[in-house]
Amino acid sequence: MTPTPVSPASPGAGPAPTTTEAPALHAAALALGDDALVLSHRLGEWAGHAPVLEEEVALANIALDLLGQARVLLSLAGDEDELAYLREERAFRNLQLVEQPNGDFAHTIARQLYFSVYQTLLYGQLADTDSLLAPLAAKAVKEVAYHQDHAEQWTLRLGDGTAESHERMRRGLDALWRFTGEMFQPVPGLDLDWQGMREQWTARVTEVIEKATLSVPEGPQSGAWTAGAGREGLHTESFGRMLAEMQHLHRSHPGASW
Amino acid sequence: MVTTAPRTPTALEAELSALAGAVPDPELPVITLAELGVLRSLRVSGTGHVDVELTPTYTGCPAIEAMSADIEQVLREHGRDDVSVRTVLSPAWSTDDISAEGRRKLAEFGIAPPRPHAADGPVPLSLTVRCPNCGSTDTELLSRFSSTACKALRRCVSCREPFDHFKEL
Repeated sequence: MTPTPVSPASPGAGPAPTTTEAPALHAAALALGDDALVLSHRLGEWAGHAPVLEEEVALANIALDLLGQARVLLSLAGDEDELAYLREERAFRNLQLVEQPNGDFAHTIARQLYFSVYQTLLYGQLADTDSLLAPLAAKAVKEVAYHQDHAEQWTLRLGDGTAESHERMRRGLDALWRFTGEMFQPVPGLDLDWQGMREQWTARVTEVIEKATLSVPEGPQSGAWTAGAGREGLHTESFGRMLAEMQHLHRSHPGASW
Repeated sequence: MVTTAPRTPTALEAELSALAGAVPDPELPVITLAELGVLRSLRVSGTGHVDVELTPTYTGCPAIEAMSADIEQVLREHGRDDVSVRTVLSPAWSTDDISAEGRRKLAEFGIAPPRPHAADGPVPLSLTVRCPNCGSTDTELLSRFSSTACKALRRCVSCREPFDHFKEL
């Protein structure tokens, strides 16, 4: 990436970070920025492998939106390239949900459904605060609305499709359910209604899943070792391998450019 | 969000704004940055420094870097060496910021222009997208995402031609 200085707002358009706010803002920008960066990389792995050309393009477009959001957020937390390419696994603050491997197309759609509904609600709330992240949230919420629509349409089509697509969609939703509880753990530095967000998320996801002739998974939304710790730097096994691939070039050739 | 108080641009600023605004969009060269609505402000300080504010269509739009470089170049060609182009996000760009002339040019180029938003809310789904080739309103969505993040792919049921639609944001 070529670093582009991006300021969240016009000079004088918002409160300057005070010394007491800065660490919390840094942590919040890192958490949301890592979600966007990691999911962007996972979606990018579909390039050349998507089931149809339109989806190849759609998933790459969604990945690009997320990468743009990640660049703004990580730039608020520090140097975007250093943060993306030179941190160890334990220093990442993303949800475990977004680092989960792509699986089949239905599995990716299940991950998109859970995450895009969450991101729409989170950015929607954040946009109405006086946080320094609000300008980014106000912009990104409009982009994420398209991601959510894409995921919902595919959930309906696969769930209410053939016996095979129905079964694959069910498996994807079930497999990722245990990673959804972590989304509603309050992020330090973000003064949002997390309980309200959980209720709205559950209502929306339930509506879509049932319309798709599927059932909302019944298992727990988190477990002692499976979820609830990505925000604290504890990640699942596959994340290390993903990071190795993502960081390999930059670490092998420090300062390389096109 | 508090915005900086508007200030009447000087004659020099107006002249430089016109130059910067006339730069063609790198992805859609039929329309200019002014018509796209992404040029937010241009100020010249007492020392002659030119400060330009540019806003991206989508947060991740890679064209923003080419736009910045093109603006710097055109201002340099007009004798302004001390130029900085900054990217600002607030207020968020909307397809409603595309001018009437910009919409006309998009349609002429074969890209269905974005529909206007309701006063306060999303675009009503009942508003059809007109085929830029034959003018038919009988068109269907093929994919919400097309060759760039800002476009959706549609097909005309009447003339069977696929076409891009600048989707509403």
